[in-house]
Amino acid sequence: MEFFIQQVLAGLATGGIYASLALALVMIYQATNLVNFAQGEMAMFSTYIAWSLINAGLPYWGAFALAVGLSFLGGVIVERVIIRPVENAPILALVIVFIALLVIFNSIAGWIYTYTIKEFPSPFPDQPFMGNVYISSHDMGAIGMTIAMVVVLFLFFRFTPLGLAMRAAAQNPESSRLVGIRVSWMLALGWGMAAAIGAVAGMMVAPTLFLDPNMMGGVLLYAFAAALLGGISSPGGAVFGGFVVGVTENLVGTYIIGDELKLSFALVLIVGVLVIKPSGIFGKAVVHRV
Amino acid sequence: MAALLEVDGLEAFYGPTQALHGIKFAVEQGGITTILGANGAGKTTTLRAVCGMIRTVGSIRFDGQAIDGLSTAEIVRLGVAHVPEGRGTFVELTVEENLKLGAYTRQDESQVAADFERVYQHFPVLAERRGQQAGTLSGGEQQMLAIGRALMLRPRLLVLDEPSFGLAPMLVEGIFGIMRAINADEGVSMLLVEQNASLALGLADHAYLLETGEVVMSGSSDVLQNDESIRRSYLGY
Repeated sequence: MEFFIQQVLAGLATGGIYASLALALVMIYQATNLVNFAQGEMAMFSTYIAWSLINAGLPYWGAFALAVGLSFLGGVIVERVIIRPVENAPILALVIVFIALLVIFNSIAGWIYTYTIKEFPSPFPDQPFMGNVYISSHDMGAIGMTIAMVVVLFLFFRFTPLGLAMRAAAQNPESSRLVGIRVSWMLALGWGMAAAIGAVAGMMVAPTLFLDPNMMGGVLLYAFAAALLGGISSPGGAVFGGFVVGVTENLVGTYIIGDELKLSFALVLIVGVLVIKPSGIFGKAVVHRV
Repeated sequence: MAALLEVDGLEAFYGPTQALHGIKFAVEQGGITTILGANGAGKTTTLRAVCGMIRTVGSIRFDGQAIDGLSTAEIVRLGVAHVPEGRGTFVELTVEENLKLGAYTRQDESQVAADFERVYQHFPVLAERRGQQAGTLSGGEQQMLAIGRALMLRPRLLVLDEPSFGLAPMLVEGIFGIMRAINADEGVSMLLVEQNASLALGLADHAYLLETGEVVMSGSSDVLQNDESIRRSYLGY
């Protein structure tokens, strides 16, 4: 029983990471109906930036904040410079742009930082959480970080004029322009926020997985499964999906198929959701008049 | 006194297709101008052109300033509120959020609060439904919301595309009454496109008749109202 609880809690901790990255995917999906396949690699790159800053002598939280800020800026720049010119291109072209971004970020990281794995520090104490044998402080911290991000995002979208404008722009770009919203900047802002959220996810996952350019490959797959399960049009659903995927993935890996085959669980889940309920648990089914 | 909106030699294009062939019209300060015409004559296109929503050639001046080439968001910031065809409400947002978005570009928060009350006074039903999703409103209520949202900008020019579309006659009269009051009490100028020509001529001071992208007749509403050919083709008596 004790072992089981440990596995569930460990699953919740990785689930928090999936939830964060899923949240980043949803941010961009909501505004553009596209899944940014490069989201994981962008998060990985952000984590390298944080690593460089820490190595340059910055205290952890200083590096953390700066990396999040730089990632936000980087996300905005990627949207303005790379996505904007192909905004109205066919979906397939955009998918290829996303994959290109994925490869480019991966290669640049490998080129600058090499492919040897690096240790990345955790900001949380190196001991069990409050003397609890079930969960480490880092895992608890990662869960807390995810929840805090969700709360902040909820408050932002629900109660600030800018959040309202971003929701409006995602829903009805034409009417948004008619009330004076600069819609294309809202998109760039969405990209920036997604990149910043991804940065947090990267920095939370790196202490456990170690830092290397391919660190986020599997994580992105789980995050994608999480977003689909919760409903890719629903931020809350994506977070819920993240925790569910984290726990089940861990339990399935431990008790049924073993660690080596764990990743295939994500694929099964993705296909399963798409077959049974494509809109996910909390997502809204899109209805088109014909 | 110079006109608030002066359009001259306006041409508009949808892809390679030319929809407007050099039209000229104006909206006086505090005046109401209506554009009449059959379906496909270019009425909606004209309104979209004024608000920078399509590619145009020609001169559009708002309060003496050239606005052709500005983005829609910038034109809105000058005080032009557009109630588009089909209303353009944000159906997933609440009534209150829709109105809030109308005032998105404004900084004067205390004034905005007063304008909420003003809109709720014009349209009491919106106050009752302020927390409700806009998509759940009836057609008439959505039209009120669209006009209310436009008023939240405190516009100098209100651009209206078929405000009577799909509404019961009683509702139409109510909405036109409110538009008349807004124009008279607050001096908001209007550019109106309307299927119902007799209603439009009753409200407007100037009228222009469009046919396949060209102005074929213009003048004060009274003159057009009494014109034989207009009466037969558009007023139906």
